[in-house]
Amino acid sequence: MPVPVANVETVPAASSGPPLVHARRLTKRFGDFTAVDGIDVDVARGEAFGFLGPNGAGKSSTMRMIGCVSPPTEGTLRILGLDPRTDGPAIRARLGVVPQQDTLDTELSVRENLLIYGRYFGMSRAAVRAKAEELLDFVQLSDRAKDKVEPLSGGMKRRLTIARSLVNDPEMLLLDEPTTGLDPQARHSLWDRLFRLKQRGVTLVLTTHYMDEAEQLCDRLVVMDKGRFAAEGSPRELIATYSTREVLELRFGPDADNNVYADKVHGLVNRVEVLPDRLLLYTDDGDGTAAAVYDRGLRPASTLVRRSTLEDVFLRLTGRTLVD
Amino acid sequence: MSTDVTSVPPSRYVPGPLARVGASIGFWAYQYRRTWRGTVVSSVLTPVLFLAAMGVGLGALVDDGGRLDNDYLIFLAPGLLAATAMQTGVFESMYPVMGAIKWVRTYHAMLATPLGVGDILLGHLLWVVFRVTSTAAVYLAVIALFGAAPSLTALLALPAATLCGMAFAAPIFAFSAGYESPSGFAALERFVIVPMFLFSGTFFPVSQLPEVLQWVAYATPLYHGVELCRALVGGTQTALDAVGHIGYLLLWVAGGVLAAFFFFRRRLEATG
Repeated sequence: MPVPVANVETVPAASSGPPLVHARRLTKRFGDFTAVDGIDVDVARGEAFGFLGPNGAGKSSTMRMIGCVSPPTEGTLRILGLDPRTDGPAIRARLGVVPQQDTLDTELSVRENLLIYGRYFGMSRAAVRAKAEELLDFVQLSDRAKDKVEPLSGGMKRRLTIARSLVNDPEMLLLDEPTTGLDPQARHSLWDRLFRLKQRGVTLVLTTHYMDEAEQLCDRLVVMDKGRFAAEGSPRELIATYSTREVLELRFGPDADNNVYADKVHGLVNRVEVLPDRLLLYTDDGDGTAAAVYDRGLRPASTLVRRSTLEDVFLRLTGRTLVD
Repeated sequence: MSTDVTSVPPSRYVPGPLARVGASIGFWAYQYRRTWRGTVVSSVLTPVLFLAAMGVGLGALVDDGGRLDNDYLIFLAPGLLAATAMQTGVFESMYPVMGAIKWVRTYHAMLATPLGVGDILLGHLLWVVFRVTSTAAVYLAVIALFGAAPSLTALLALPAATLCGMAFAAPIFAFSAGYESPSGFAALERFVIVPMFLFSGTFFPVSQLPEVLQWVAYATPLYHGVELCRALVGGTQTALDAVGHIGYLLLWVAGGVLAAFFFFRRRLEATG
């Protein structure tokens, strides 16, 4: 049925409207150390946005500025359109935060942790009580409601932390390495919860150094290194830009000199990476390249063709050097 | 399962400063529900034991010497009141503060909510005010039962004791937030609190000390807390002395709160 245009209320689509996070030349210094070095970022409502990077890349410092806990040293930052310097409490009232390290009170019960937390948002006892039941159900902890937190598994504690972060119906959820240290079952269970929140329109901002997590959850992400953005885009775009469609892995046995073999495959692909135990050939056609390797008379002990992942992008951009 | 968690339009109530500080106090009060029985027993038992042993027992010997105007019990009891307020203030400001930063990470949990560093600090300090006051109130009641509170102005010794306790609590909040490890607590207790407890006029008049040490004693907040409580419990308070003692203790509270705010911010805003 046609409706007069003048009467139509415009409902903004998920990705329109002012950005929930708006940063320009955002900088954080601790003494002489620059943790975040003038980054520009916008996160739209409804988006799932990821900060990837090795340890010490500045992810957590960025998250703490977005969470209005740590004031920026320089630059512009607006969260939900407000200035963290002056509107911290009003912003935090609308955020949910899942910190890297648990901040649960292990001496209190699962339910009490939610009740106490709700009170910080000024919720009435009745409101927070009802909300707690709903959230315990959502994270499948209803049957543990009366138990102390201490003996819970790591995955359960993370789920409780997520439940707690939702007590105020946040518009945006900040997750700092949400699944670090969890077993695969627990990680998938968490991803499932986060995916459902995203479907309901909750904006997700997360940091991770797990590439599969970023591919699972993020619409868009940045790779951070030394306080700056090394790359930015959707997982697919990043792979297209910084890697190839496929990767051919060749192993020539434990005693082989891989540098020698690297010369022998020279010219087959644009990029070859030499690792102690194998060669990586970046190619758009793994099987074709493998055939070409055999045509040169090379007989690797094993060949593996796999799809390129964000991990390849990540390692290319941030290097293989170990960061502690 | 699968109840809708976020489809309801969220209420966007932002708690004001009073509500935020209240919520911070609320946490400590909730915690206290687990431990209050033990603290009640010890806050009754301690004054009974101390006053019986030292006030009555040891006091009989001291009174024989005949050098005090009053009974030793009446001299000692208000000193112990101030010293207990100090001990409570110290105790509540060491491990609970460091734990809330480092171990339980309560402060960090609060910071993810509308509560700010100031709300968190003020709420916890006010909780310590409650703990010091309630412990001192029990002490004062026991003193009265021992017949060692001859004047009605003894009632004013309660806020005086609280002030004395907070003159320690506030700077120790700063100390606890400024240090990475609790090893400093033992040193603080051993080299500062215990000597102060023994030599700041609680057990004998400061005038017994060599002159140099007298000046050291005058500099301690405990001396002023003891003098204030003693004069109020005994009914010998003069306004001028009171102003001096109260002013000096308030200086410690104010300086301590400012230092605590500085260290809280430095510690809580810098790292997760």
